[in-house]
Amino acid sequence: MSTRTIKVDYIARVEGEGAMLIEIKDGKLDDVKLKIFEPPRFFEAFLRGRDYTEAPDITARICGICPIAYLMGAVHAMEMVCRTRIPKPIRDLRRLIYCGEWIESHILHMAMLHVPDFLGYPDAIAMAKDHPDVVKKALKIKKIGNDIMVLLGGREIHPINVHVGGFYKTPTKQQLSGMIDDLKWGLEASVEMVRFVSGLNFQEFEQDYEYACLRHPDEYPFNEGRLVSNKGIDEPISGYDDVLIEEHVSHSTALHSHVKGRGACHVGPLARYSTNFDKLTPIAKSAAHEAGLAETCYNPFKSIIVRGVEVVLAFEEALRIVEEYEEPDRPFEKVEPKAGTGYGCTEAPRGICYHRYTIDDSGTIQDAKIVSPTAVNQKVIEKDLWHFVERNLNLSDEDLQWQCEQVIRNYDPCISCSAHFLKLKVNRT
Amino acid sequence: MVIGVGNIFRSDDGIGIVVARSIREKARDLYVFETLGEGASLMAMWTTLDHVIVIDAVRSSSSPGRIHRLDAHKEPIPSEFFNYSTHAFSVAEAVEMSRALGTLPASLVIYGIEGKSFAAGSGLSPEVSGVLDNVADQVLADQRTRTGGQDLTEGHFQEVSDA
Repeated sequence: MSTRTIKVDYIARVEGEGAMLIEIKDGKLDDVKLKIFEPPRFFEAFLRGRDYTEAPDITARICGICPIAYLMGAVHAMEMVCRTRIPKPIRDLRRLIYCGEWIESHILHMAMLHVPDFLGYPDAIAMAKDHPDVVKKALKIKKIGNDIMVLLGGREIHPINVHVGGFYKTPTKQQLSGMIDDLKWGLEASVEMVRFVSGLNFQEFEQDYEYACLRHPDEYPFNEGRLVSNKGIDEPISGYDDVLIEEHVSHSTALHSHVKGRGACHVGPLARYSTNFDKLTPIAKSAAHEAGLAETCYNPFKSIIVRGVEVVLAFEEALRIVEEYEEPDRPFEKVEPKAGTGYGCTEAPRGICYHRYTIDDSGTIQDAKIVSPTAVNQKVIEKDLWHFVERNLNLSDEDLQWQCEQVIRNYDPCISCSAHFLKLKVNRT
Repeated sequence: MVIGVGNIFRSDDGIGIVVARSIREKARDLYVFETLGEGASLMAMWTTLDHVIVIDAVRSSSSPGRIHRLDAHKEPIPSEFFNYSTHAFSVAEAVEMSRALGTLPASLVIYGIEGKSFAAGSGLSPEVSGVLDNVADQVLADQRTRTGGQDLTEGHFQEVSDA
């Protein structure tokens, strides 16, 4: 019996620490595992006994790349349980700060972590010598995303200005207007980035995914909507636990998720795009058409184009908000704690990020549950790896490893979030 | 320009910020900035400048409080030196990316101070706070040598947030 083992102990260009193991016995694929071994972080446990106002800032520490997802999930859940209504200017500012996070997170992944895969470079620094204009443009786009986070959140990493009920301090109209020129430049530059990434070489790899994401009647989803899928899920956010089930698997410190009665589901840009194409902003839609994308996309390698389309959308949306902004009467609505359970689910760059909190009359947290998008995607990443390796068994171990890492990076996984990262091991016997 | 990098709420990770504040007190004509160290923002800060000194905490297994001085034009900056995140883009990546793009300042010196604890909480370890004045004096002397005694207020840059 011959065994081939492909093993990557620490997968590069992903956030956090994880490993990949592929075992091939007698020329047939025997096992694939995405192993997440970053230690569990017990956020849900230490939230118990804290005040409901502390949840946003505590949970934001789960991730330095997508803190807005945690801030927003927590504030929406707390406002639901406390029955707080949020006025339009505050709602718009929340969408604007989310635009900042999508821009900086998506462009970092596209240009610094993912494009090197397609062009055959080990990293973005090596790529920058040959493609300086792409990298310079991406960095400038990212800087504008950072600037939005700084203006609304106080700083670009772990913003500290988000409050249950609104913000500690809201920007002036003049401060937001000061961003218009940069946002216009960013919109044009992001359309050019979509054009650039759509010219990369993509292998055929369409998969039969169950795509799950938020769906809102009026807009491309960030903070609000119903939980829907292309295979029948259509629930309010409070129904999340009825349809998406978490389970422990021995090779991962992050819980896996599956759709009740079915299997893996896929969250993130491809799911959002394929479900909400009709809600894309006009320039994002035309950029998608020009890039050759249909109204749905089932090829995970093309997620880089879809991320680009979402960057375009984020710039258009940011411009709209900045141009229409009227300063609110007060920076946040007064929130009175009420006993009960609240739910928040928002679209992090990598997909839906779910929060559920139960608080008592004094606002003390009794129970908390948080599900990161990468945790949900673990199962579908393993499935992609199965299908990819099965049809590429003829590749050398070196090539197989390189391409399997790309399969994983298609998801821009944030393992720190899910364990609340990656090694690859291929065993061939 | 002097840029202090770090997070004062992660123990010794705050040394870059504490040194920057000390330098601001000692030399009020200097541009001194504080930042969390996000790479794209750092590159935007130094891209139009000639003389830049960055101060940050490092973790390289040498003794706490040790002062490392790195000249970006003479040596590559090891990414594990300024341990931050595998995904985020921080000081070492910003220096190496600027080198690849040809946008390094004419002189870029990085002072790395070996930390002992990077745990959550404010306050520096005694071994690290003990070298504060020494680092600040070295940075000021370095700056005077490199600029012929003139201040570092040339160029244009965008202000970033305080850490």
